Parts: sequence; C-alpha cells; structure tokens
Amino acid sequence: MAKPRSAASRLLQNRSFLWLCLIATNLAVLALGILLISILWQGLGTLDWDFLTNAASRKPENAGIVVPLWGSVWVCAICGLAALPLGVGTAIYLEEFARRTRFTRFIQTNILNLAGVPSIVYGILGLTAFARMFGVFGVGADAGVEIGDPDGLFYLRLPFGSSVLAGGLTLMLVILPIVIISTQEALRAIPPSLRSGALALGATTWQTVWGMTLPAAVPGIMTGSILAMSRAIGESAPLLVVGSALFLLATPNNIMSDFSVLPLQIFNWAQRPQAGFHDLAASAIIVQLIVLLAFNGVAVFIRQKLQKPLL
Amino acid sequence: MMTSESKRPSPMNPDTGTQASSGAKSATQGVGGLPTPVVGHAAASAPAKTAINVRRFSSWYGSFQALKNLELDIPAQRVTAFIGPSGCGKSTFLRWINRMNDTIPSARAEGTLELHGIDLLSKSLDVVELRRNVGMVFQKPNPFPKSIYDNVAFGPRLHKHYTRAELDQLVEQSLRQASIWNEVKDRLDASALSLSGGQQQRLCIARAIAVGPEVLLMDEPCSALDPKSTLAIEELIETLADRYTIVIVTHNMQQAARVSDQTAFFYEGSLVEVGDTEKIFTTPRNKQTEDYVTGRFG
Repeated sequence: MAKPRSAASRLLQNRSFLWLCLIATNLAVLALGILLISILWQGLGTLDWDFLTNAASRKPENAGIVVPLWGSVWVCAICGLAALPLGVGTAIYLEEFARRTRFTRFIQTNILNLAGVPSIVYGILGLTAFARMFGVFGVGADAGVEIGDPDGLFYLRLPFGSSVLAGGLTLMLVILPIVIISTQEALRAIPPSLRSGALALGATTWQTVWGMTLPAAVPGIMTGSILAMSRAIGESAPLLVVGSALFLLATPNNIMSDFSVLPLQIFNWAQRPQAGFHDLAASAIIVQLIVLLAFNGVAVFIRQKLQKPLL
Repeated sequence: MMTSESKRPSPMNPDTGTQASSGAKSATQGVGGLPTPVVGHAAASAPAKTAINVRRFSSWYGSFQALKNLELDIPAQRVTAFIGPSGCGKSTFLRWINRMNDTIPSARAEGTLELHGIDLLSKSLDVVELRRNVGMVFQKPNPFPKSIYDNVAFGPRLHKHYTRAELDQLVEQSLRQASIWNEVKDRLDASALSLSGGQQQRLCIARAIAVGPEVLLMDEPCSALDPKSTLAIEELIETLADRYTIVIVTHNMQQAARVSDQTAFFYEGSLVEVGDTEKIFTTPRNKQTEDYVTGRFG
C-alpha cells in the first residue's frame, strides 16, 4: 500500500531547498561583492590619468601601467589574429567537411582534452616552440636570423625570444581549444535541414558553409571567441614562463618587442613589500576588470546586432 | 538590361484564389491526360516522354537493402506520386534522383537510374550540375535564415554572376511561379522566417525553381502544413506540372489522387505497382495496392 505524502512535509522540503539555493547563490555574489568593494576602496585613489600613462617606476607615486596595458593589447591582438582563423577553420573542417572517421574522432578527443590542460603547460610549450624554437637558431640572447630594423615597425628575428609575438602565439595555444569547441557548438546549432536545402540547390560544401552555415553561426562563434579572448587577457602563468618582463619602461613598438601584461604587473606589484604598490595593484585590477567588461560587452553587442535582422 | 519593374508575362496565375475555381483534379478526371491548365498556357498534348528511366535499381544502407529491383519510367512534365507506408523506401529513392544520398556514407546503389540517358549513379557525375537541374522540396519548410529575396537569390548566385536587375527579375519570376509573389512583394527584405508555414513552403518551391531545374522532387511537401496551405501547394503543383517533371512523395492518398498523373506504390523497398493514377486508385491489378489505397492497411 502506498502511503500518501503529507502536504506539509512536501512544502517544507520545497521551501528548505529554495533557501539552500538562495544561500549558495548569495554566497558567491557576496564574495564577489566584497572583492569588488575592497578593490575599489583600495584602488580608486591612485587610479588617475598619470597612472594610465606612466611607465614602471621604483617609486609607487610615479609608477603607471602604460607598458603592461599596451603589452596586453599587443599580445591579445596577436593571439586573436592567430587563434580565430585557425580555430574557426579547424571547427569548420571537423563539422562541415570531415567524415566521421577514427582519425577525426581522435582529433576531436584531443581537442577536448587540450581544453582542460593547465595553461602553464602551454607556457612551457610556447617557450620551447616559439621563444627558443627548439634551439635550432642557436641558444642565448643572440638572434639567429634577423629581418628588418629592431627599432622599426617591421622587424622579425628567429627565434622569437621573449617577445610580443611569442607571448601572443602562446596565448593562442591556450585559447585555441576553446575557440574550436565553441565554434563547433555554434555550427552544430544550425539545423541540418538548412544544409540539405543549400546542397539540394547545387551548392558545393564550401558554398554551403560560406553562404549559409557560417553567416548563421557568426553570433555563436563571436560569443565563444570573445569569451576565449577574455580568458587570454587574464592569463599570466604561460606568459611568465615565456619570459614576459616585470619591469619595463617602453611600450612595444613591433612584434619582437619585450612586453609585460596587466595580470603580471598586478602580480608583481601585489608581492612588493611597500603598501603603495598594493594600492597600485588594486588600481590595475580595476583597469583589468574594465577591459574584461568591455570585451564581454562587445560580445553581447555583436550577438544582438547580428541576430536582430532575422528575428 | 531589364529592371525589376519590367514584368514578363508569367505563364502562371500569381493569384492562387482564382485557381480554386478550376478545382483540384479528381482521380477520375482525365488521368494520363494533362493537369488542368490554369491560364491559357498550352501544355504539350503529345504523349509524355520518359524523363527518368529506372531499371533493376537497388540500394543499400550498409547491409540493409532499402530498395529492391525497381523498374519505373517517370514521364516528363507530368506529376508522379510515390505512395506507400513509412519506411518503404520512397524518400530514399527520391534522394537518389538528386544524389542527396551522397551525404550518407553507408548509402550505395546498383542498377540503372538515368535522366534523359545520363547515368545518375556515375561516380564522375557532376552532382552540382545535377542538383541545379533536379530541384528538391523538403518535408519541413526549410527557408534559410535570410531575407525572402536572398532565399530565392541564393541558388542562382551559386551558379552564375547576375546583375542586380537580372536577379530582381529572376526572383520576381520565381516567386510568381510559386504563387507567393502577391503575398511577399512588399516585404522582400523581411526575414523568410516571418512567413507562415505554408508561405515558407511555397518560398522553398520558388527557391528551387529559381535555379531553373527540369525536375522537381517533393518529399511530403504538405505533411507539415494545414489543409488550406496544403490546398495552395497542390494547386501550385498542378500549375507547375506543365513546365516541370514533378515527383512527389506523399502519405496522403487523396493528395496522390488529386495531383498526380502516375502513381507508384512502394512496399518494403519494392515497387508493387505503378500506373496511371486513375487505374491505381480504381482498378489496381495488385491486391496489396488495392488494400493500401482503400485504407485497409498501411
């Protein structure tokens, strides 16, 4: 015989679970709130125009973040320019062109695994492959091959050394799996019936991808890619391994320049003994948060903009 | 160079409403003859030539044989209906005619399948050109998430470089032929997804027509539509039949009787009986066919 459940106990269960969820949610919000408030409290005082335009200094009152700010811009620009075409291209190949073979399943599994690899491992790979190039062009400070003028905009040397280019490509390794996976998800969200429709009109696979699938998937691809870029902006460990500088006076002027990035500058200032640098670290965190918010805002904006005409 | 305003006389009546008076052709009316011309557009009254020639045609998905030894002639500029219970291979066969089965790695076929003597099973066949010549309309309307105009222009743009004026004219002509021009002419830039299901399906027919095919394959084009939209599509099929060779898969017996000149009954991968629609529905030779068309099974 099934016993009836009492209404009172069911209501109690329902209510207690609701409270549990509320507490869990608010704990997270509370932690974030405390963090934000303490950062703003500590950092707003030193956040001014001089702070944004000054280079590094041994005195907290003269120190600024112009070098790591531009370093972040350069590194992330290179990272994005390299990761987007590679990642989107790989995803298009896997989703639209490749047949499901053992080989493509192998690639797929590997990409999923790579997304979970700690970023410092990519740093070691970046150091070996980009910064030192396996020692093929010699070891040490001397460049093996040089093209162009070291002070000009167009300058290339091999190996890349601890340069903006090496840092950007290393970050590319970090976010590539994320870009690939998010692009694949965006492509999978396009109904197969639309592909059939295009193929039945005599479209080649490429025409189907370029004319129909890709435009329809762009909002999803953009969202995933820009979120991946947000991660790249916040990365510090792999760049530390590649050899990002901690004390620099000049912003990058070409892709072979030394660089520093915001998260490393924050790390550097936060571990100084002087209290003045701790305030600067808080100010830099505010700048970093604003940059991140701006990126996510752009992602949302692009998605809205692109979806509008068709809904 | 023609502008979008210069309207060519269309053989089709763009207003579906006036076609209703001509009535859907009943099964008993002039089967083997011609679909009722709507406007004074003289359809050829000569006996139909064979467009698609099928001999000892079998096909498999992996080790499963989906079609067994089909023998069939599909006449040009007539409507041929494929009927039969679900899973009997009608759609599979349809998808061989424009080689959509190429997208299924395990699918293969043997025998003869020819369109005007061209071997459609040949590995060297240019499937892009084939699909331009053999259009397809799917069960569920599948307009692209683009504007109405771009949906129709998508196909032509794949194959040729058109000027804007040529494209405008082609789009209008295709939409007129699909009896949807009057409903969408003021909002060609609106999303195709804003149309109703029946309008979407007629848009898909316009899209298929726009690349200038000779054959139109329709895979249960009305099964996702309400009766009114179904009627509109059926009337459209009649008007299209004096230009195009139409093959339609349908689960609706009345529909097959109303729109087709020839009917083929499939059962478990075999072609049980094929003949004039009137004969299939009134005096079928095969007991199984009779049971199916009279609703005793299936």
